[in-house]
Amino acid sequence: MSATAPANTPSPAAATSAASDGLGDHARRWWADVRAGDLGSLPIFVGLIIIAIVFQSQNDRFLTSGNFVNLIVQAAAFIAIGMGIVFVLLLGEIDLSVGYVSGVAGSLTALLLLEDGASLPAGVAIAAALALGAAIGTLHGVLITKVGIPSFVVTLAGLIAWNGVVLLLIADRGTIVLQNDLVVGFSNDFLADGTAWIVAVAAAAIYAALLLNERRVRSAANLPTGPMSLTALRIATFAVILFAVVAIANQDRGIPFVLVVLAVLFLGWTFVLNRTRFGRHVYAVGGNAEAARRAGIDVDRVKIAVFAICSMMAALGGIILASRLRSVDPGAGGGQILLYSIAAAVIGGTSLFGGRGNIKSAVLGALVIASIDNGLGLLGLSSGTKFVVTGLVLLAAVTVDSVSRKGRAQSGRA
Amino acid sequence: MSTAASPSDSRESGGGAAPVLELKGVSKSFGAVQALYQVDFAVAPGQVMALVGDNGAGKSTLIKCIAGIHPISDGQIFFEGQPVDIHGPKDAAKLGIEVVYQDLALADNLDVVQNMFLGREEVSSLRRLDETGMEKKATDTLASLSVTTIRSVRQTVAGLSGGQRQSVAVAKAVMWNSKVVILDEPTAALGVAQTRQVLDLVRRLGQQGLAVVIVSHNLHDVFEVADHVTVLRLGQNVAEYRVADVTQTQIVEAITAGTLSKVPGQADAEVVTA
Ligand SMILES: Nc1ncnc2c1ncn2[C@@H]1O[C@H](COP(=O)(O)OP(=O)(O)OP(=O)(O)O)[C@@H](O)[C@H]1O
Ligand SMILES: [Mg+2]
Repeated sequence: MSATAPANTPSPAAATSAASDGLGDHARRWWADVRAGDLGSLPIFVGLIIIAIVFQSQNDRFLTSGNFVNLIVQAAAFIAIGMGIVFVLLLGEIDLSVGYVSGVAGSLTALLLLEDGASLPAGVAIAAALALGAAIGTLHGVLITKVGIPSFVVTLAGLIAWNGVVLLLIADRGTIVLQNDLVVGFSNDFLADGTAWIVAVAAAAIYAALLLNERRVRSAANLPTGPMSLTALRIATFAVILFAVVAIANQDRGIPFVLVVLAVLFLGWTFVLNRTRFGRHVYAVGGNAEAARRAGIDVDRVKIAVFAICSMMAALGGIILASRLRSVDPGAGGGQILLYSIAAAVIGGTSLFGGRGNIKSAVLGALVIASIDNGLGLLGLSSGTKFVVTGLVLLAAVTVDSVSRKGRAQSGRA
Repeated sequence: MSTAASPSDSRESGGGAAPVLELKGVSKSFGAVQALYQVDFAVAPGQVMALVGDNGAGKSTLIKCIAGIHPISDGQIFFEGQPVDIHGPKDAAKLGIEVVYQDLALADNLDVVQNMFLGREEVSSLRRLDETGMEKKATDTLASLSVTTIRSVRQTVAGLSGGQRQSVAVAKAVMWNSKVVILDEPTAALGVAQTRQVLDLVRRLGQQGLAVVIVSHNLHDVFEVADHVTVLRLGQNVAEYRVADVTQTQIVEAITAGTLSKVPGQADAEVVTA
């Protein structure tokens, strides 16, 4: 500090002074953070815009409402599985088994619904598949924490073994066609236009109420609140994006039902990560497991719960996928599911090194991957090209993560 | 056991209060290694007690026994006059004993408030974290310790200087109505200005009526903040002094050549060099 500034006035005013800052100060501080390596969601938004421009210039069907709805449905399974992956990455661990765990869940759902078999109600079948997913994840977590096997090995074994289980479950039947309207409707039904608008307006109103209430509580407690204009900007941005999505989707078939489910999950898991003890402990374990242990946190329990959540979300992804394809075949859980889901979380900005990331990254990353997949498909390019491009995008995302980590290290924020 | 030959009455800042934490005849062995032998140790409210000794003298072991990380092999710990069993860090915390470890144990990716409440987060309705309440308490605690150099309690601790991190670790320890705060080499890695910050903080803790134990190899620091000093040598308590009554040379002598009573089976032969 220079001699001209009266160094450190002996009052806690330093902490509260932020209250009087304007929007400009916040923008400047944000830009300073970006330059110091705290990029947040910036690269991903830039990436999405570039993708949209490139594909639209090549094929003007890319930015149509019909393709927009397709894109949401195509991304849905990766979003669900990616949300679970985010939890695991936050610990600094990995789960390679999510693909085939989703396959096991899809197969089980199909089997339980078979009309010449168990013929269970849809709700029961789905609940059973989700419960199986949670049980599988618990098993992984126990092996990792109590036996002490690295998560890479446990879930690699899981990748192979759960693939085997898919085959054991349904190989002799070949493809099972789903006939339950409710399960098929999960990915293939749409909200009525009016309903979608009501939901969107209600969501925007609730969001505004939450932000304003937080301001009220904070200023009542004499804590800094940031400028009102920033709060207004956040509410406006949220509402504009939400209304745009509804307006565009309504031009075509409407808002897919699965999007509503994902939105609820997004809110729920974001709440869990940011506003509950458990979520705080997940970040702590990922950031410094020893510190967490000395703070009295049961590190093993946190890890087991995280792997259970991850496998359960994988199971949900498997059900979404089965519903979209209206069938399950012995190849369920294979293909790009695993890699696209992990890539989604990473591309969205969740660090592979643990402790940094959020649920939003799974959504944004899955949208990027689905856009590339969808756009290259529209251009009629081969799978080969798709994979090369997706791989390069993943590499770019991880490079951004590593480089920004270095930036943080240099500015003392690592 | 006697409190040895040090003139330990009429403590200027302790007001002659009874010890809040007292160890009597505590021994600890790791297999064949006798890390602590028949150690008596006491600290009273308002007292800043320095714990000094050579490398391997048993200082960290003593602290870990108090913190419940190591079970003691023999002897008894008293807290506010009552015998207590401390089986883990949570037991110690429940009694009001907080330890600031040398490596601080802060999570870099969490902010100041989140670190200060780690493992003891407060929740309001719906099991929702009470962020406002926690932020307010953290801000108040830092202010009460006159920690004014932290720009925002919502910045991650990764961006703090060594001294600021140390301040956060100390604030974290004193926030819980703790009665005893133990600091393991809190200034070891700090520069001159930051050492000053932390030492000021330690002195203020004593003034606020807490019992403070500070481990240090730096006798200059000891003379600056402590009012009492206990010397460990080869796992034994070889001397206790009031800082006002002793010179650095005497302490160095006790550290390197303090007379030992170590003839196992022949207890109570405590000897003090002067
Ligand atoms: N977990 C352990 N297992 C076996 N021996 C141990 C263990 N911890 C400490 N010791 C032994 O106990 C003795 C005291 O060690 P301690 O760490 O308490 O020393 P210290 O006074 O803190 O030294 P320093 O100033 O170097 O930190 C040493 O001989 C050490 O080797
Ligand atoms: Mg030590």
